[in-house]
Amino acid sequence: MEVFDGLALGFATALTITNLSYCLLGVFLGTAIGVLPGLGPAATIAILLPATFALPPVTALIMLAGIFYGAQYGGSTTAILVNLPGETSSVVTALDGYQMARQGKAGRALATAAIASFFAGTVCTFLIALFAPPLTEIALKFGPAEYFSLMVLGLIASIVLASGSILHALGMIIIGLLLGVVGTDVNAGTQRFTFGFLELADGIGFVIVAMGIFGIGEIVANLENEGTRDVSIKTVSGLMPTREDWRRMVAPVLRGTALGSVLGILPGGGAALASFGAYALEKKVSRNRAELGKGAIEGVAAPEAANNAGAQMSFIPMLTLGIPANPVMALMIGAMIIQGIQPGPSVIKEQPALFWGVIASMWIGNIMLLVLNLPLIGLWVRMISVPYHFLYPSILAFCSIGVLSLSNSPFDVYLMALFGFLGYVFKKLDCEPAPLLLGFILGR
Amino acid sequence: MARWITSPRDFWTGLIYVGLGAGGLWLALDYKFGTVGRMGPGYFPRVLAVILIAIGLVSLFRAFSSKGEPVTHIAIKPLLMIVGAIVAYGLLVHTAGLIVALLVLILMGAAGSSQFRFDVKAIVGMVLLVAACSAVFVKGLGLPIPLVGPWLQPLLGVLGTVR
Repeated sequence: MEVFDGLALGFATALTITNLSYCLLGVFLGTAIGVLPGLGPAATIAILLPATFALPPVTALIMLAGIFYGAQYGGSTTAILVNLPGETSSVVTALDGYQMARQGKAGRALATAAIASFFAGTVCTFLIALFAPPLTEIALKFGPAEYFSLMVLGLIASIVLASGSILHALGMIIIGLLLGVVGTDVNAGTQRFTFGFLELADGIGFVIVAMGIFGIGEIVANLENEGTRDVSIKTVSGLMPTREDWRRMVAPVLRGTALGSVLGILPGGGAALASFGAYALEKKVSRNRAELGKGAIEGVAAPEAANNAGAQMSFIPMLTLGIPANPVMALMIGAMIIQGIQPGPSVIKEQPALFWGVIASMWIGNIMLLVLNLPLIGLWVRMISVPYHFLYPSILAFCSIGVLSLSNSPFDVYLMALFGFLGYVFKKLDCEPAPLLLGFILGR
Repeated sequence: MARWITSPRDFWTGLIYVGLGAGGLWLALDYKFGTVGRMGPGYFPRVLAVILIAIGLVSLFRAFSSKGEPVTHIAIKPLLMIVGAIVAYGLLVHTAGLIVALLVLILMGAAGSSQFRFDVKAIVGMVLLVAACSAVFVKGLGLPIPLVGPWLQPLLGVLGTVR
């Protein structure tokens, strides 16, 4: 079986000491930043991107995947413990998770989230291993027309699924595309929109846009209502779910995984849509639906399974077609391009070790989440309870040093400040930044 | 806000879109447009700019015709302090060196928070953070950023002779 050969190669790649330790480091750092209230996976990855540049491509992608899972899980932790979801996909988790925490069942809610995510992650790793190779075969036959149609589909999906106004999302895509135009025109060699700055001749760095909008913009937005924030946390005890919990968890986890896997492949889909869908499904079919919203374990298990499944399945369009389904995948594609890899169907043929290594590391990353995060929960709780005004200056410092590591040019620092400003303004006007980033990636 | 603007978010978004679109179009007029068959470097930007202006105009139209949410309180102080801190960092990092640049960045950035107090705890945290960043990024990862920049080099020399 080709799949098993591939997976064997993947595990051989991912299980080296170097790659394992970077995967671990990624999961750890991802969780550490992800638990900070208000910072979701996209922001976390944007902030930590520069840390991966010095690594070889496979290791860098493995670490990024680790960061992604860590951030995702960290977001759920914050949602459950303090009712502050870092991103849309954990909004639903906060509904029942926070109620459970208030009833003194925080430990069990956190464990449920971890177990549900792990199960969904395991299933999806194998689904990806099964379906990605045949899909790349099809994708290799695609010509420009098919690609263009897929991109348009992806952009339209990202507009329709944006939480704000559709019209504004459309505008954000156009702005993203316009930003992608900046730099030297490939065909004619004309300098476009560079304002005479040599630094812009190669275009605007993708990391700069991402860090500015997601990193800096989020920091400012979080400072807006810090006075009213309540970060009192109950002590977390009793991590192990009871027998009753396990019994109630099974069906929702299966349903969530199934729904998440399907919705995750859709362009523009991914984690957020999946978790909302799963919660809605539980409300219809669960035996304990009357308890939902009042601290039912189903309300944590199903959306957590679904959002992890969805998040992971969104790797499929990225790995096989090179098309980002959501901002996180857009960041991954950006990271691959920086590493000198053109994402798309040829990756599996030209870089089989990288392709399978990333897939294998998804599963390893999920295991690490389970073994690392449950014992470390005390540490994360302490991180959440540190007041935000002590933490964000360090994030500022990391971003500022990180952006210098790109090309050691202060110009990039100014650009990041500019995009941070824009990011906050757009946030205030309810203009989703995700379509802008997708447009920017596709426009280049 | 004037009363005839019923949807302020649409109004400001529309204004920004039209502004960006018009600016882009004006700049793109300098680039050759070409034809649909042989697109010049100005083709794509101009088309995009026109679309952006159109979207902005629709948004402006909606600002007067539909009812929408107001723009909530804007955190002007954090915004200016943080953006200013990053710009100051950019100005200082190659001239005064990373240590000074980080100190300014952290102090200015932290001052953006309404909870910020300049006390012992803040100073200790700041010193630790600067030391950690210098050790990890410059000594450890070998980023070519000067810890002490050319502006402050003479000072270092003076300290050296005194010692």
